[in-house]
Amino acid sequence: MSTRKITFTEAINEALRQEMERDPSVILMGEDIGVYGGAFGVTKGLIQKFGPDRVIDTPISEAGFIGAAVGAALAGLRPVVELMFVDFFGVAMDQIYNQMAKLRYMSGGQLKVPVTLRAPIGAGISAAAQHSQTLYSIFAHVPGLKVVVPSTPYDAKGLLISSIRDDNPVIFLEHKVLYGLKGEVPEEEYTIPLGKADIKREGDDVTVIGLARTVWHALDAAEQLSKEGISIEVIDPRTIVPFDKETILKSVKKTGRVVIVDEDYDRCGFASWVASIIVDEAFEYLDAPIKRITTPNVPIPFSPPLEQYILPDAKKIINTVKSILG
Amino acid sequence: MLPSIPKEKLLEMYKKMLLIRYHELTAKELFASGKIPGFVHLYVGEEAVAVGVISALREDDYITSTHRGHGHCIAKGLDVKRMLAEIMGKKTGVCKGKGGSMHIFDFSKGMLGANGIVGGGAPHAVGAALASKLKGLDRIAVAFIGDGAMNQGVVLESLNLAAIWKLPVIFVVEDNMYAMSTRSLMPGKLQPRYSAAKSYVERAIGFGIPAVEVDGMDVLAVYEAAVEAVNRARRGEGPSLLHCKTYRFFGHFEGDPLVYRDKEEEETWKKRDPILLFKDKLVSMNIVSPEELDKIDREAKAEIEEALKFAEESPYPEVEEALTDVFTDNSY
Repeated sequence: MSTRKITFTEAINEALRQEMERDPSVILMGEDIGVYGGAFGVTKGLIQKFGPDRVIDTPISEAGFIGAAVGAALAGLRPVVELMFVDFFGVAMDQIYNQMAKLRYMSGGQLKVPVTLRAPIGAGISAAAQHSQTLYSIFAHVPGLKVVVPSTPYDAKGLLISSIRDDNPVIFLEHKVLYGLKGEVPEEEYTIPLGKADIKREGDDVTVIGLARTVWHALDAAEQLSKEGISIEVIDPRTIVPFDKETILKSVKKTGRVVIVDEDYDRCGFASWVASIIVDEAFEYLDAPIKRITTPNVPIPFSPPLEQYILPDAKKIINTVKSILG
Repeated sequence: MLPSIPKEKLLEMYKKMLLIRYHELTAKELFASGKIPGFVHLYVGEEAVAVGVISALREDDYITSTHRGHGHCIAKGLDVKRMLAEIMGKKTGVCKGKGGSMHIFDFSKGMLGANGIVGGGAPHAVGAALASKLKGLDRIAVAFIGDGAMNQGVVLESLNLAAIWKLPVIFVVEDNMYAMSTRSLMPGKLQPRYSAAKSYVERAIGFGIPAVEVDGMDVLAVYEAAVEAVNRARRGEGPSLLHCKTYRFFGHFEGDPLVYRDKEEEETWKKRDPILLFKDKLVSMNIVSPEELDKIDREAKAEIEEALKFAEESPYPEVEEALTDVFTDNSY
């Protein structure tokens, strides 16, 4: 496959375009995704190529259009919906967690709901408390939703194509700080299976697990620590539902030390859940307490130093790794 | 009006109303005897709305329904055996016992789901209509909603989406005057009103949607209004709203103490039983003899008795069944 360097945004745009070319049942819905090209420019050029019947600008009615996407999916389309910021899920949560997530189960397996709900997540741009949340743990908590959180342009494209082709509802979360990140991406279509973790860097001393932006903090920390002779294995689960616990357990059994880096709120979150899996299934392999670096249970502050203070970063990872190496 | 509807169709409508009535009376008894777990919301008194609207549809048209959905399901042709089995939580239920009374689905009949969330199904009808339009099909979708749902944000969003996209969808407001215990449009002896609109017709027109008020106890009036809305939808002229005025003869749910309703009001409405009104009309217009109608009555009753036997004799699902049907690959 011929690859070239493109941004995270371009990788997603390309996945959308290629899937729309391949499958006429794929449609896009969302606010300002047409002529404007999406709040973050992800759907740029698509309305010109596919027209307003397949790239549908919606009014500001998240519950209405996410619900309509569910209905359209039941009737045979494959809608990809853009929620402008994940934080806006609140006004549409019933359609996400009571409807989209549960219709298949409640119907005894009669219905298929192939909706992909894309949304930008994450802090780091001073967007404050209502435009900066990560929130994947909330979606993962509800049975019936797959949850995908890519960290690289390559993963974003392959995972989005898999998500669109999946016959189940998929929440596809894009970290807004990563949108401009460039990486090698094949021009052709390819898929990455949901539920397959990726080892982003191999190492022997400590396993560091991250998602989306925190994968990059982990890689940064690993690079710095390598200069001190500390070898870090960085694992990116890439999807929370389904979850590849085998890759993580295998790594933990090798290193005996784990740090989980999670930009979502600390309480009842992703990091705690992963830690509990490791305790349940690999306790005897642990040489140190499992450490979690998360966002404390406060709304995301606006002022840059405050925001920076609460978010996970490479420095926090380095300090934590050193603390468990004794 | 009557001469244009074939006798066969009129009798089919009559039978469906009876099937709903007997199904609901059976469910009432089953609930009282503890054989139906959970909640049951009965459709008795509102039969003319479901049957009038759905008789104007094609088999491949879609409907979405409400927590009070048994009537819509039966009118759409669901198998009463598997419905009653579902309501009792049995393995043979139409949803394998995973949905229950408030969440009955039958995809093969275009029944996209009863819904436990007030107004929750309305945008699904909008989406199904959108799919139909984008695929170039002439299938239409009907969203049944109650008067309570007319104050729900997602329903108002759905009205707007249907209007701006000119979708083949019909909103049928079953106005039984009460959103659980609160009055909707008209203040009563015991309460104020909880909807500032004078009528839902007025509200729909505010969204740019043609709407009419219909006597929801008169199945032929409902049918006539539905035919017009269906034709408009199939011609590609967009959505409609039918405001059907009706009354539930029992409480909001079985077990409702009904402290919020005036007895005199209840008696007045019960005199306009939609099944009796239809029967009188059919007989007085010499379309059918009372004997013929009695025969249909016995058939409907027998069908429900057979369904009851089937449901009662059916086993509960195997417990492992609880872990299937979350995702298509059966992972969870």
